Amino acid sequence: MRIFHYWFALWGIVFRELLRFVKQKERFLSALVRPLIWLFVFAAGFRAALGIAIIPPYETYILYEVYITPGLIGMIQLFNGMQSSLSMVYDREMGSMRILLVSPLPRWYLLLSKLLAGVFVSILQVYVFLAIAWFYEIQAPLEGYLWLLPALLLSGLMLGALGLLLSSFIKQLENFAGVMNFVIFPMFFMSTALYPLWKLQESSAWLYKIAEYNPFSQAVEFLRFALYAQFNQHAFVYTAVAFALFLILAIIGYNPSKGMMKRKGR
Amino acid sequence: MKTKVLISAVSLLFVHVSLAETVFVSLEKDNAIAVVDPIAGKLIKTVNIGQRPRGIQLSPDAQTLYIATSDDDTVLEVDANTLVVKNKLPSGEDPETFAINSDGTRMYVSNEDDNQVTVIDLSTKQAVHTIGVGVEPEGIAVSPDKQWVVSASETTNMVHWIDAKTYEIKANTLVDPRPRALSFTADSQQLWVTSEINGTLMIIDVASKEITQRVHFSVPGVGKEKIQPVGVIVDKGRKWGYVALGPANRVAVINAQTYEVEKYLLVGERVWNLAFSPEQKRLYTTNGVSHDISIIDLDEHKVTKSIAVGRYPWGVAVKP
Repeated sequence: MRIFHYWFALWGIVFRELLRFVKQKERFLSALVRPLIWLFVFAAGFRAALGIAIIPPYETYILYEVYITPGLIGMIQLFNGMQSSLSMVYDREMGSMRILLVSPLPRWYLLLSKLLAGVFVSILQVYVFLAIAWFYEIQAPLEGYLWLLPALLLSGLMLGALGLLLSSFIKQLENFAGVMNFVIFPMFFMSTALYPLWKLQESSAWLYKIAEYNPFSQAVEFLRFALYAQFNQHAFVYTAVAFALFLILAIIGYNPSKGMMKRKGR
Repeated sequence: MKTKVLISAVSLLFVHVSLAETVFVSLEKDNAIAVVDPIAGKLIKTVNIGQRPRGIQLSPDAQTLYIATSDDDTVLEVDANTLVVKNKLPSGEDPETFAINSDGTRMYVSNEDDNQVTVIDLSTKQAVHTIGVGVEPEGIAVSPDKQWVVSASETTNMVHWIDAKTYEIKANTLVDPRPRALSFTADSQQLWVTSEINGTLMIIDVASKEITQRVHFSVPGVGKEKIQPVGVIVDKGRKWGYVALGPANRVAVINAQTYEVEKYLLVGERVWNLAFSPEQKRLYTTNGVSHDISIIDLDEHKVTKSIAVGRYPWGVAVKP
């Protein structure tokens, strides 16, 4: 196999995902409306919820809308990661997945390409969301928007790999709704997306611990610092390790001889 | 070699200090003043100064810092470079706020408990006059053209227009309840006055001594009872005015031409007093309850940083 084949396969998969994204206008809209409702309705009602502590990367007092924005970026990527896994289940049911997996390229490469395709779509969604937020006076330093790009790539990959791993457990599309309820919601609510750790610690010690070890929290913190042109090393390492772990498990999961597909297929 | 390193280190320090402005903050509960480097965003040191320091101002040449230490019943004259106390001025009882005229020859001190204003000659360091005003005088200001001294009585709800030459009250203007702070525009044509209880800003025409504009505040998500305007300041070009809204934790940005509130900037808790940087590029706020100061970038009207300074920061003065 030549490098050209790898590139061609990657382009094919990414292009297919982008085409899907562009053609499904309602998917784009719903991906955008969800975080915007959180921002304009939920966050507006909780303006005074944060109290008065200043936490890094912020250097002064912030409104709740400003705090919640990186969490909503994470939310876009979390939903996108799960949604592209959902499309994986669909592909598998409809047979197009088989065509993909019988290609002579290694399986890990195909899965990674699929992941990247999903991440690119989520990055587009995030920047459109941030552009709207800008007019709502949620403005980060300009260089932060540049720093955010590599951070979005890593956090998107991590959340996509998690979706991929979960999709390897699921045989039918209907079961995915359960995953949405049991994975997406707990992951989002028990994280630093909505409240900072110190605030969670005030309400419950166990919630604080869960949020601290929740990889989604770490991804959100990594994004939060990047948006303010700062690097959070701890969150970076945590997110990168979680990505590697989820990806390895997903690749094993998608191995027909060893993985979950075989076990589930019985 | 060591000497060279030392010399360059000292010269670096000198360059750094000479470039950056220094912010002095009176700390009411710590009986001290905080010295802040706002460019580096750091508290440099805290210096014990006297009992309950509140009003703080620099002389026009920026070489002397005046600090009202209310519980010591004096205004201290402090060297602004060494922070050594040079004199104790006879301010009368419980001085809280004071104003200095534009050539630095006279100081006017509000004596809240005695319902009077004490005039101090800054060259002889003597009290030369006392003027009876309304009940609980607090806010005080001198017009840049040195014609008027204006004192606001919190309980009488009046501003008293004192002729700066004869020390006689020439006029009184009835204002909204509990007037707290006053500020003249640089052209001496307007006086901006805040009313703590009514939650308003009044703009008084100096020539007619009448209120010509009244600005109301409304902060989304903040109860009306929390909007208690205190410190007020207007820029040199009379383009923007700024009002500290106390427990609303916001500074209102007012277009000084249209008198519309254009923005509310979130700062620390119970924002009290305000001061410009020398070029009027930044605005400093003292946030009493959150024990910090906030720095506002005036080009963008954005709060860039809040710095912890000590307990109950009250007043702020900026040395170029």
